[in-house]
Amino acid sequence: MNTRRDSIPLTFYYFGLIALLYLPIALLFLFSVNSSASLSFPIKQLTFDWYRQLFDADAVLRSARNSLIVAIGSSFAATLLGTMVSILMLRYKFRGQNLLIALAVLPLIVPYVVLGVALLLLFAILHIDRSLWTIGIAHTVVALPYTLLIIASRLAGFDASLEEAAMDLGADYPTTLRRVVLPLIFPAMISAWLTAFTVSFDEFALALFLSGTQPTFPVYLFSQLRFANRLPIMIALAVLMMIGTLTLVFIAERVRRAE
Amino acid sequence: MDRRATFWFIYLPPLIWLGLFFVLPVLLMAAFSFRPDMRGDLFQLWTPTLDQYASLAATGSYWRLLWISAMTALGIGISAVTLAYPLAYFLALHAGRRAGFYLVLLLVPFWTSYLLRVMAWKILLGTEGVINSFLIYVGIIQEPLPALLYNRTAVILTLIYVWIPFAALPILAALQRIDTSLFEAAADLGARPYDQFTRITLPLSLPGVFAAFFMVFIPTVGEYVTPLLVGGSRGFLYGNIIQDFFTKAANWPFGSALSMIMLAATMILVAFATRLVDLRQLFE
Repeated sequence: MNTRRDSIPLTFYYFGLIALLYLPIALLFLFSVNSSASLSFPIKQLTFDWYRQLFDADAVLRSARNSLIVAIGSSFAATLLGTMVSILMLRYKFRGQNLLIALAVLPLIVPYVVLGVALLLLFAILHIDRSLWTIGIAHTVVALPYTLLIIASRLAGFDASLEEAAMDLGADYPTTLRRVVLPLIFPAMISAWLTAFTVSFDEFALALFLSGTQPTFPVYLFSQLRFANRLPIMIALAVLMMIGTLTLVFIAERVRRAE
Repeated sequence: MDRRATFWFIYLPPLIWLGLFFVLPVLLMAAFSFRPDMRGDLFQLWTPTLDQYASLAATGSYWRLLWISAMTALGIGISAVTLAYPLAYFLALHAGRRAGFYLVLLLVPFWTSYLLRVMAWKILLGTEGVINSFLIYVGIIQEPLPALLYNRTAVILTLIYVWIPFAALPILAALQRIDTSLFEAAADLGARPYDQFTRITLPLSLPGVFAAFFMVFIPTVGEYVTPLLVGGSRGFLYGNIIQDFFTKAANWPFGSALSMIMLAATMILVAFATRLVDLRQLFE
């Protein structure tokens, strides 16, 4: 079946699509080192000016910092909540259990535009000014399904006998959680945290509704799209961020494999 | 502290968080959709009215746009799955030892900024974009082709492009689960490669195909960002009018009603989807 002969068209197809998928990304790289501010051919001259200008562009860097703050905060919260719901899901039996699990997974299928306007409404009614906090809260809600599923699938792999053994030996339940359960699921928590981070870091649809005076990078990028001469700087930063995100993804993969 | 006390300690934070920031906002939005208008304080009592839904029902263009959005998402879902299937097939059955590397290579574009990839398409398709300026540069055309951007076709192409790597994942998972001894058995019994594919591989990978379809379809129905960037007003989808009523038009009660319709439509689709395919497979 897997003869070399019928592999050839599939291999061509794979690499053809790969080329198509990488074409726009390659263009971004190209325009980040092109001396002309307009994003069109012919390419003028190779330059690292945009990268140099980037470090003087305060607003751009601030927006990147804002994204980082929101992503770190919301991914921590989502990992913590995901761990809690995982333990509740697999180590307890209680009324309303299925409802809680359903609620935690449901953000996955609620359209972002719906959740975005609903939260906008909530914060407006409560007179809470939109800020990095409001974006972070939204990101925690949408990242929770991912962290829950990653951590729960790891926790499901261990049966409760280890915990029972610890309790038999005199440990109380919080100690058992801290000394037995958490170390076991720790790799999954790291990989959940990284997933939540990437979910938040790049998120735009919710952030557009919920950002106040401090924009995150995608929101700032969106507001700058009209100003063509600023675009290469944004692209330069985006290329750097892309490299950053990729590093995180590779680390996440490594951690997952090492499990 | 015993197990029971610990329970409350880990039960209350997620319950409060989801109640406050997920359930409450949706309930408030539902309540707002029964509000007559924006007059007065945001937080006040109002007499519930079906006015918003009545005027929504009376305006055919909203339903048409919802229908168009659903059909667009359907087309995008089918296209992305069809284009992703050979990729997954290649990775699962033909890539051999390099499969892991090839998979990462495929996923890298998906892990790069969404807004940026969409913007790259804009650079490609725009009037002063790469394709136009290249065609002018080599002398094939004198005037830029305006039809490349700001319509629904641009939205559809961009979204298919964005989803292909993601759609390959559940299909790949389903293909990897197939017991390879089935292929040997089929070959021993004289099945030709075509029969093997249609009678074994395809039917056994169908759960993955359905999962991939819904993973693309569900978020695409509510999509508003891509139309905003490459669609222009001719490429608007239903999500865009919700956004408009909450931002530019500032008619939140009507926007809430539009939003509730979208939520209901999505829930119905998901309920339908869970009949077709076990959604838990999405997370493996």
